[in-house]
Amino acid sequence: MGLSHLSIAGAHPSVELVAAVDTATMVTDFLQKFSDIPCFNDTKKMLEQVTPDAVIIAVPTKYHAPLIQEFLEKNIHVFAEKPFTLSAADANRLTELAATKKLVNQVGYHNQFLGTFKELKKLLQLGAIGKLQHFTAEAYGPVITKPQPNTWRSNASEGGGCLYDYASHVLDLVNNCIAPVTEVKGSLLKNIYSAQTEDAVYSLLGLSTGLTGVLSVNWSDTTYRKMSTQLTITGSNGKIICDATELKLFLQTPVASLQYTEGWNILSVGELQEPVNFYLRGEEYSAQLDYFIAAVQGLVPNTTNTFAAAALTDNAIELIKKSAK
Amino acid sequence: MDRILFGDNQFFGVNHISDEKSRAQLIKFKTDEAIINVLDIAKDAGVNTFMCTTYARIGNICKHIKANPANYPGYKIYPCMPYAHKYANAVTELGMIGALKSYMPGNIFTTALKGGMAFLSKDYQKMMELMIDAEMKMFEGINTPVIFLQNVVTDLLLGLRAYPMLYAFNAYVKKKYNAEAGFITMNLPLLHKVLLDGGIENPIICTSFNKEGFRMSGGTKAYEAVLAQNNARIIAMQIFGGGFIAPKEAIEYVNGLPGISSILFGASSAANIKQTVGLIHQ
Repeated sequence: MGLSHLSIAGAHPSVELVAAVDTATMVTDFLQKFSDIPCFNDTKKMLEQVTPDAVIIAVPTKYHAPLIQEFLEKNIHVFAEKPFTLSAADANRLTELAATKKLVNQVGYHNQFLGTFKELKKLLQLGAIGKLQHFTAEAYGPVITKPQPNTWRSNASEGGGCLYDYASHVLDLVNNCIAPVTEVKGSLLKNIYSAQTEDAVYSLLGLSTGLTGVLSVNWSDTTYRKMSTQLTITGSNGKIICDATELKLFLQTPVASLQYTEGWNILSVGELQEPVNFYLRGEEYSAQLDYFIAAVQGLVPNTTNTFAAAALTDNAIELIKKSAK
Repeated sequence: MDRILFGDNQFFGVNHISDEKSRAQLIKFKTDEAIINVLDIAKDAGVNTFMCTTYARIGNICKHIKANPANYPGYKIYPCMPYAHKYANAVTELGMIGALKSYMPGNIFTTALKGGMAFLSKDYQKMMELMIDAEMKMFEGINTPVIFLQNVVTDLLLGLRAYPMLYAFNAYVKKKYNAEAGFITMNLPLLHKVLLDGGIENPIICTSFNKEGFRMSGGTKAYEAVLAQNNARIIAMQIFGGGFIAPKEAIEYVNGLPGISSILFGASSAANIKQTVGLIHQ
């Protein structure tokens, strides 16, 4: 979905688009013909001619690691789509490289920029629902709904499959809203329509805090119109059910520092979401790029969705794969 | 354009503030009869324009309207295309090129076909025209005086600065369907300027207008400044801010704005339809 990133960046008042690179001439010819963005079909050729301050990388996952490295070595700030890389080793190496070079680094886990999940993180940090007892992390949607022709998405070694796609979003929420996944007690990777990759992932997860929970993800579920991601967390003082549109908080006893009352509190994203200057697919997609751009400008700290945070998810994916063997 | 236009989100489980309500709506409107029933309630309340996305099921609604002309005198449909998730899922599944191929009419490898020619020669305008024709098929025999480009495409082209494609959409629906082009957007100030710069006079733009500034990208002030220029026909949508603004105050706000031509709303129950229509007419 590189086009939507390009569109959001193109509408940002602080950004000058100096190049768009795509191997598909269908895309670059379109841009050459209808817009004023200089296009290339190869990053090396592009880098010979222009010197960008920052780059957005939205390509098949197997190309992430080499491309990210290429740009970091040229001292260019990097925003990469998720998942970060295909191995924890690559993720850790690139995290270190970005830190050494003091470059802004971010990965596109856009849920972190949704009002509901931001509020969820805040409530957990404040201990609103007491001592955590259990969590269920879920995502369902209708991506693969019939037997598949071969594309990179049907090949696990290229980053295809539900684990790298849908599940990575949910794992990132668990890692960065609750606590990092450090143990996977067992996993089922199920094929539904895909011959070579999984369409569903079910795992028992253990976190660094000792909390345990369940991961349940299926991208071949036609009962959903689009991707739906939900975290349910139970604690000694209540429960939180949170998705992209709503946060439902049940409190047994109100918390002094919060305005929420005993029993159910329902908050919609409309109340929680901050507006953006240019809207394309959802506030969170614009907000994450606005944040990256602001970080490059030195206006905000580079602390959300960093390479280090995304590396936790690459690590969790690796643990799930190992546990399923 | 009528003052009130009836929307379709409620029929297809599109709910911007609750996935749970979305599911309940999908269950409620499982049958085409359930949709027709609500359209008839709106029609009886005086709402004679249905503005809808080009879902496959809309074809069945069109068939019903055509089969019962006496019940729908002067009834209009404003098609909004494309249905984005259909294409987005296809892109995820098949890649950009695969998705394009799958939605081009005919077999693209049969170069004798117009679609194949357009694809191979990268004639993007031709491809867009073929896709418009494919989406418009179900509306044959229906009065469609305005044809809309969905916000996800309008705004994508806007950010890519591919403005000529917006102008081409405008020209094609006029030429082929004798209709006016409408543009749905979440970025009114930017789009308004681009359309006027492209020589589109008094453009039809459907965009969010609500008291809370929900999905009014660039801010309420910039939106109201566009109205003040009085050189576009603006349809206000998302007047309830997705559902968290109370009906009375929501409608008082949009009714109080000079320069709003029409108000788009959707509802599932007779009570809500009558209440909203009544408040708009107050």
